[in-house]
Amino acid sequence: MNAYEGLVDTGEERHWAFGTGFTAALSGVDRALPAEVDTEDLTAYCLMLGDDALILSQRLAEWCSRAPELEEDVALANIALDLLGQARLLLTRAAEADGVACDEDTLAFTRDEHEFRNVRLVEIDCGPGPGGDFAATIARLLVFSTYRLALLQRLTGSRDPVLAAVAAKGVKEVAYHRDHAAQWTLRLAGGTEFSRERMVAGLERVWPFVDELFAPHPVEARLPGIAVDSATLRAEVDEVLDTVFAAASLARPEVSPLATVAGRGGRDGVHTEAMGYLLAEMQHVHRSMPGATW
Amino acid sequence: MSAREVAAAVLDPELPVLTLADLGVLRDVHEDGDHVVVTITPTYSGCPALDEMRADLTRSLTAAGYTSVEVRTVLAPAWTTDWISDDGLRKLAEHGIAPPSRIGRRGPVPLNLEPPAARVACPRCGSLRTRELSRFGSTACKALRACGDCKEPFEHVKEI
Ligand SMILES: [Zn+2]
Repeated sequence: MNAYEGLVDTGEERHWAFGTGFTAALSGVDRALPAEVDTEDLTAYCLMLGDDALILSQRLAEWCSRAPELEEDVALANIALDLLGQARLLLTRAAEADGVACDEDTLAFTRDEHEFRNVRLVEIDCGPGPGGDFAATIARLLVFSTYRLALLQRLTGSRDPVLAAVAAKGVKEVAYHRDHAAQWTLRLAGGTEFSRERMVAGLERVWPFVDELFAPHPVEARLPGIAVDSATLRAEVDEVLDTVFAAASLARPEVSPLATVAGRGGRDGVHTEAMGYLLAEMQHVHRSMPGATW
Repeated sequence: MSAREVAAAVLDPELPVLTLADLGVLRDVHEDGDHVVVTITPTYSGCPALDEMRADLTRSLTAAGYTSVEVRTVLAPAWTTDWISDDGLRKLAEHGIAPPSRIGRRGPVPLNLEPPAARVACPRCGSLRTRELSRFGSTACKALRACGDCKEPFEHVKEI
């Protein structure tokens, strides 16, 4: 066997990128849809939570080989992988609730920008490219993982057994992400004058996108007992962030929130300019070679 | 050998000193005539080893004469490091990997602003003067530490 043959799949169901048959991941959980649920709303809700994870995973993966140190390269890749795993389960559930013949890959790689329901915080470009910065990436991870941990903790009590199971797994993972971001925030804020300036700038960069996390959404309101009301998470998230800011001697940024477009934001498919570029990169291979496996 | 014995002996692709049974990811093996249904659970949501486990289980059971093998995956109850057997913890330590501590039932997750206070013994010399180099190691389940006495770096299966 030469080196190239070694890279070629020999068993079945071993492709990682496409065609994993991952619906099997949900086979042991009670997959029945909860009683009296609007399946369109359940699909939309699974997409909201799944797209948050998918898009941030894509952003974090951009740091592969470009982080400030090797350990951090590995850490960000691991965090991205956790989020990708959560995204796959949630998109699979979305496809299942939707009832039409599609799967996680179709949802991830063939939807257009206006069909993505992630908050805008996860899509903005915080580096490693021009205009971005590691400190801004850490600031976003701190805010996002604090929000997601609070959300997943409540979601473990969801009436949808699949959402509850996905949340229970995710809580343990996201707790590590939050700690990681909090500890970097302390290091950067307490490091040199230069690192501190960059941490402050990083928080200012992401702060306009924070309010959107807690904006109540009609889909949540129509799924009582299944979805979490985002507005109820604010106090808990603020408390954790204030604890980190106090330990880092940082002030909460005073930046106005980014406006929505006639009341519509990321959750309704209205995104920032960065989203189109992100999707072009993420979806390029799949769209050029539909159904490709490797 | 029974299907259960065959499945239980399959090694974890990422921690090959442990069997899937030691790791606590093997949840059920059910024989129905010549059809075998094996149920496993992922360690982490994005664990890429899951597909490897599926293939290894199918291969081992087929080689043992079971012609119809189905591998299912369950998410609940979620895996934690407490599912690793006592035998598994011992094998990790014997192979130079610091095993996780037992956690027990946990409520809300507290914010940790300091590196974990949990004291991890060096698997080579037993020293408790060890420090965390990186919370994320070669795989999602491991952190990287170093010993202050024998100076060797080592991996630690971190508690989740
Ligand atoms: Zn030592």
